[in-house]
Amino acid sequence: MSAESPKIVIVDESPIRVAILEEGLREAGFTDVVHLSEMRSLLARIYALDPDVILIDLENPSRDVLEQMFQVSRAVRRPIAMFVDQSDAASIQASVDAGVSAYIVDGLKKERIKPILDLCISRFNAFAKLQDELDRTKSALEERKVIDRAKGILMKLKGLTEEEAYVLMRSTAMREKKKMGEIAQSILTASELLK
Amino acid sequence: MMTPLHIGFIPLVDAAALIVAVDKGFTAAEGLDVNLVREVSWSNVRDKLNIGLLDAAHLLAPVAIASSLGLGHVKVPIAAPFTLGINGNAITVSRTLHAAIMGEIDGDRFDPMATAQALARVVAKRAKSGAEPLTFAMTFPFSTHNYQLRFWMAAGGVDPDEDVRLVVLPPPYMVDSLANGHVDAFCVGAPWNSIAVDKGFGHILHFVSDILARAAEKVLAVRQNWAEKNPEILASLVRAAARAAEYVEQPQNRAEVARLLAQPERVGVDVDIIRRTLDGRLKISPDGTLRESSRYLLVGRENAARPEPVQAAWLYAQMVRWGQTTLSPEALKTAMAVFRADLYDAALRRGAQASPAAPAPVGAFAGPDFDPAEVTGYLASFEIGRRPA
Repeated sequence: MSAESPKIVIVDESPIRVAILEEGLREAGFTDVVHLSEMRSLLARIYALDPDVILIDLENPSRDVLEQMFQVSRAVRRPIAMFVDQSDAASIQASVDAGVSAYIVDGLKKERIKPILDLCISRFNAFAKLQDELDRTKSALEERKVIDRAKGILMKLKGLTEEEAYVLMRSTAMREKKKMGEIAQSILTASELLK
Repeated sequence: MMTPLHIGFIPLVDAAALIVAVDKGFTAAEGLDVNLVREVSWSNVRDKLNIGLLDAAHLLAPVAIASSLGLGHVKVPIAAPFTLGINGNAITVSRTLHAAIMGEIDGDRFDPMATAQALARVVAKRAKSGAEPLTFAMTFPFSTHNYQLRFWMAAGGVDPDEDVRLVVLPPPYMVDSLANGHVDAFCVGAPWNSIAVDKGFGHILHFVSDILARAAEKVLAVRQNWAEKNPEILASLVRAAARAAEYVEQPQNRAEVARLLAQPERVGVDVDIIRRTLDGRLKISPDGTLRESSRYLLVGRENAARPEPVQAAWLYAQMVRWGQTTLSPEALKTAMAVFRADLYDAALRRGAQASPAAPAPVGAFAGPDFDPAEVTGYLASFEIGRRPA
């Protein structure tokens, strides 16, 4: 193990999140970072790299594969789980909330792993926020499209202007305490059914 | 006022009692507002249960014991007041390995001793010719699948740590890994064996009930301190699960149960595959051969839901046999205390009663009868195992 920068392996299938993580780690001076996205023969790859720290996305089923490292093994030195330290409940909670799980190999001190984990947690959270914003923008766009289509149907069926069709949908939404998108969707569904 | 509960599960057919309890409204009838959380790994289920993100979970029985003993991870005492499933796994082998075993077999192909000895001959021949050792996949280090594979092959003379490679593989990857030759065989629960057979990649060599007639597979697990703080909620949950288990076992309800489990947010596989598992009637070979067993998966029948401490003792003995821990009388006691038959009996207001119809605990095809009072002698009777140096 290098005294300067521990070797960190990131196991994650999301290339964007890995990019965010890697950048953060490098900025913080952790330069020895390897990314594994291929889950086949994962354990063999990890053993070959012999990392000091392994970070894995909690939603990756291969987490169970890593549990095998904690078994007595003839081939490699035995790593221990980051979370073996019972006193560190807050950090366990924070990482599970963020969706990251960390393991360290025997010999790496807790004080040295803590900044890595903290960094990962904040980067994971940043990624989740980004993803959330992306999803929201996407669904706003979708809603826009649905409303436009519903407006077209109303204009055609009831001979309304665009403005009138919009006002009709908006007032219906307010009266029924529903979102514009929901009203528009019902119009589309109804028009499908009545075709 | 409904009590909100978060309960984790892995998409497997033996989560049936839990899924049915929620989706048929049995938990709601007990005043519980359950949010079932689908998880991707046993490590996640264990960790989220341990730190309290989950109130209860569908859990591998050995993980509940390992967690209580602090093996492999953080020590968190677990209470298991309900067994969600007995048996239910199968061993599937690639077409090539199946042909090799059938070429060597001397005896009935459903006799696990005959197949294990045939496997030993296949393994010996491969070693002699310098071929790579065979790779067997299972789901978790602390899993029934691990112990069932090991018990079976060791009885035929194959040392699971020396003669083959035994690896952990997440169930969703098993079928593909068998197809592309990364593994030669696996032991897993439903639906994955049936999917491998349906796709033509392998044969179901054994139902695990061939190896052990009665082995606790998954439990409903809660933290022990949670159980102590919430006895009423826990009793309600056990009652809802018991009612669901009874529902699952009624043949006229099977179609409905299969439909519920097939939902994408539950197990999410083909309804027909789930039905075969519940009925214990499985296609075991790509040519369509069917095999039926009344012992394939027990959800509540034959008193299967009552968590018998002797089952926990047997699982603990396997951890000792394969070097995951060393034998200690205190640890054995702790392990047995994870299976809370008392909580089960109290919730259902029944007196303590092991079913008289139940076969001997575990009922293994090889080795002496298991007696929790004689673990040392029991383990000494096996030739293959990891003895403390």
